[in-house]
Amino acid sequence: MSQDVESKVKAIIVDKLGVDESEVTADANFTNDLGADSLDTVELIMEFEKEFDLSIPDEDAENIATVGDATTYLSGKLS
Amino acid sequence: MSLSLEGKTCLVTGGSRGIGKAIALRLAEFGADVAITYARSADAAEEVKEEIEKLGRKAKALQADAVDLARTEEVIAELVDDWGKIDIIVNNAGITKDNLILRMNEEQWDDVINTNLKSIFNYSKAAAKPMMRNRGGSIINISSVVGISGNAGQSNYAASKAGIIGFTKSYAKELASRNIRANVVAPGYILTDMTDQLDEKVLQGIKDETPLGRAGNAEEVADAVVFLASDMSSYVTGEVIRVDGGMAM
Repeated sequence: MSQDVESKVKAIIVDKLGVDESEVTADANFTNDLGADSLDTVELIMEFEKEFDLSIPDEDAENIATVGDATTYLSGKLS
Repeated sequence: MSLSLEGKTCLVTGGSRGIGKAIALRLAEFGADVAITYARSADAAEEVKEEIEKLGRKAKALQADAVDLARTEEVIAELVDDWGKIDIIVNNAGITKDNLILRMNEEQWDDVINTNLKSIFNYSKAAAKPMMRNRGGSIINISSVVGISGNAGQSNYAASKAGIIGFTKSYAKELASRNIRANVVAPGYILTDMTDQLDEKVLQGIKDETPLGRAGNAEEVADAVVFLASDMSSYVTGEVIRVDGGMAM
């Protein structure tokens, strides 16, 4: 399951931010490492919500800064 | 580009009366489907809805207190669910509670700031995500010349209307990269229920201060809104258009 979450999360990030898959490592920060602006990060959260059919409250979203944060959070929500 | 709004969906807050009603009908005349919100005037809102439908457009009349963020989010969600998207929001809902600063109480201040300014935050925020998904949108916030020039006896109203301008310019900058535009229309002295409460002497004074020498009507405000709602204004964002007969030049 978490493998599945991770690959979906990576695919969304590659698509949204137009980065190479090799850059999308667990500790890669959306803003600092992957070049996302503040609206890109909001849109990433929106894409996660759509892909996994769940709602991510703003206070949780604020703590999702890296690829690893996203997979950990989503795996936890979906388990 | 044209002024046609065909295929676009709009929401006008405070759309049952006065300037809001004129805006709702004008948007429908130009081809948009239009939802209006109202606070208390259910019958008047229903009449506006029927008039929009007579123009061959889809319409909704929704009861919503513009101060209530949760309700605001429900309204936007309903529009997106039923009509697929939201293209245009006209934040028009507003009240006055005039008094000299020395006599103004806390409630008069809070009510006007909340209804006129917080409501703009509520609807603009709630609409941002659907508009981002849709890769575009137009927010039109109704301010007032009083927000530009100030007015004795209306410090609360003037502060709320000036706040709308600052908010709109910030919003325009934040969301410009997603093709979401935000602009302000600032009416001057327009004949409505709100101005009917003013006495004759005050009205004459306003006319004397207006270069065009007359009061405006709500349709003239609505025309500026149509421009900002349409693709004719595709390169206009963060702008304040005065519709005031030249009053605040």
